[in-house]
Amino acid sequence: MAKSIDVSDLDIYYGDFLAVQGVNMTIRARAVTAFIGPSGCGKSTFLRSLNRMHEVIPGARVEGKVLVDGQSLYEPGVDPVAVRRQIGMVFQRPNPFPTMSIYDNVLAGNRLNSKKLKKSAADDIVEKSLKGANLWNEVKDRLGKPGMGLSGGQQQRLCIARAIAVEPQVLLMDEPCSALDPISTAAIEDLIHDLKSQYTIVIVTHNMQQAARVSDDTGFFNLKGAGQPGHLVEFNPTEKVFANPDNDSTEAYISGRFG
Amino acid sequence: MSSTDTAKPRPPKGEPPVKRRSPERPGDKIFKGLSFGAAMIILVALAGVAIFLTVEGIPGLGASGGAVAGEANFLVYAGRLVYGTLLAAVIALIVATPLSIGMALVISHYAPRRLATPLGYMIDLLAAVPSVVYGLWGILFFGRFMGDIYVWLEANLGFIPLFSGPAATGGRTILTAGLVLALMVIPIITAICREIFAQTPTLHQEAALALGATRWEMIRYAVFPYAKSGMVSATMLGLGRALGETMAVAMVLSASGTGVMTLNLITTQNPNTIAANIARSFPEATGLSVNVLIASGLVLFLITFAVNFAARAIVARSGKRLNA
Ligand SMILES: Nc1ncnc2c1ncn2[C@@H]1O[C@H](COP(=O)(O)OP(=O)(O)OP(=O)(O)O)[C@@H](O)[C@H]1O
Ligand SMILES: [Mg+2]
Repeated sequence: MAKSIDVSDLDIYYGDFLAVQGVNMTIRARAVTAFIGPSGCGKSTFLRSLNRMHEVIPGARVEGKVLVDGQSLYEPGVDPVAVRRQIGMVFQRPNPFPTMSIYDNVLAGNRLNSKKLKKSAADDIVEKSLKGANLWNEVKDRLGKPGMGLSGGQQQRLCIARAIAVEPQVLLMDEPCSALDPISTAAIEDLIHDLKSQYTIVIVTHNMQQAARVSDDTGFFNLKGAGQPGHLVEFNPTEKVFANPDNDSTEAYISGRFG
Repeated sequence: MSSTDTAKPRPPKGEPPVKRRSPERPGDKIFKGLSFGAAMIILVALAGVAIFLTVEGIPGLGASGGAVAGEANFLVYAGRLVYGTLLAAVIALIVATPLSIGMALVISHYAPRRLATPLGYMIDLLAAVPSVVYGLWGILFFGRFMGDIYVWLEANLGFIPLFSGPAATGGRTILTAGLVLALMVIPIITAICREIFAQTPTLHQEAALALGATRWEMIRYAVFPYAKSGMVSATMLGLGRALGETMAVAMVLSASGTGVMTLNLITTQNPNTIAANIARSFPEATGLSVNVLIASGLVLFLITFAVNFAARAIVARSGKRLNA
């Protein structure tokens, strides 16, 4: 079940440093939402606040509201571990577990919480997830080999397989293609397109064409100035952002006339 | 020269190709000389020790009667001492390894930084306590304290061979010695594990957390696999210390001669360790007895060597599996 996310007045801190200020947006279910903006404006920070990965960093905290299908993420009683099981994440650098085989990497999330899986059920999940991540054909004959033995692009798709194996409601991706060649990038973009029917996807990217190609909505983040917090400048349907943005600085950034 | 034609200038025919070298700087030269010299001194010293142990020890190998404390021959003599040495070290490691790993995890992953830093310092301090102090503490305080526990153990768990007694009320048993050793080994294992745990790549820790791992699951998924070979090395270093520790054991452990080969951990009749036996017997030893003691030292040397070797093999094997 894909879910929508409502963010209101979100301030994100690293200790005393306010990194992102006053974000309001609604991320639609079963759609791809892209975040663009210059380096250091807080895209990753904001993305990580959507599955409570932000607070993993010592001293990091959040003020404001994030509602996932009406359920508040930062309510006192909410367990961040449970949140992260529902909202998966793919990182900029591929990070398969180095000691695990491809097979075990895919199942890493399913095996958490001491869940026991029958062999047949496990096999099904592995095949389905790897097919979902467009990787099955390349690895089906070497599932027992270490995940680190794959190419960078394959590793990234393995991480996507691992993230979708637990059937999350939302998938967050932080520059998933930044370390990849155009072919792997295209494979992952196709994959995002396919996943859209089942998941809510949020992707951070520095690649304007990629944002235009894969996303339905686009958010542009910017910094008011050096040392100032990042903020959301514009959030609109992707077509509008790229054809006729509301804000001049969005237009400047997209057309490359920036700074 | 081959026929491959490259643009690189080649040395004239007949002469060996000249390796291009950066000019030697005086600083490099001096440092190279110093480190080379230091390495040689260590090698020579080590060889000297080995030669001394072998030459002086060989006559002891054939000893019998009083020189080997009334045992049939040197093999039996050494065997009994090896038993005690290993038993004390194994007790120490069984207690120290889980405690140290737990403590290292608390410092690296569980405690807030305000608490972790002083805790780390405190454990490092434990490593700086001289072994005589551990020995005194073991006799005067810890042993007596354990004595009461041994009485209780004999009364309630006496059916287990380990605790069949009769209990040593003074507490100067092989178990007490093992526990004191554990305390001495804990700072070593903790310090090394803590360093390695703290170096676990954030990338992999976050991979686990983002999947919805609890902290313990994250440690199992990311920290332990990364730190595995380091944990083995740390334990082996601790084992080396436990095998060789002399003073504390000699003071705490009540055992005479080669001791008693028993699994009964709480009596006054205890196995003896090689190092403690040497320390206690050496002052009165003369003639062949000295050779016997030196030969037992050689045996200890070999055991420690074998332990280190095994540790390296384990580390190398797990490393290979990682890269396979
Ligand atoms: N672990 C951290 N501790 C303290 N400050 C941080 C930390 N991570 C990021 N920041 C700060 O937060 C701000 C936003 O960083 P963030 O990584 O979210 O930017 P970004 O938009 O993702 O940039 P990029 O496009 O380069 O990835 C920056 O000023 C950065 O210096
Ligand atoms: Mg980023």
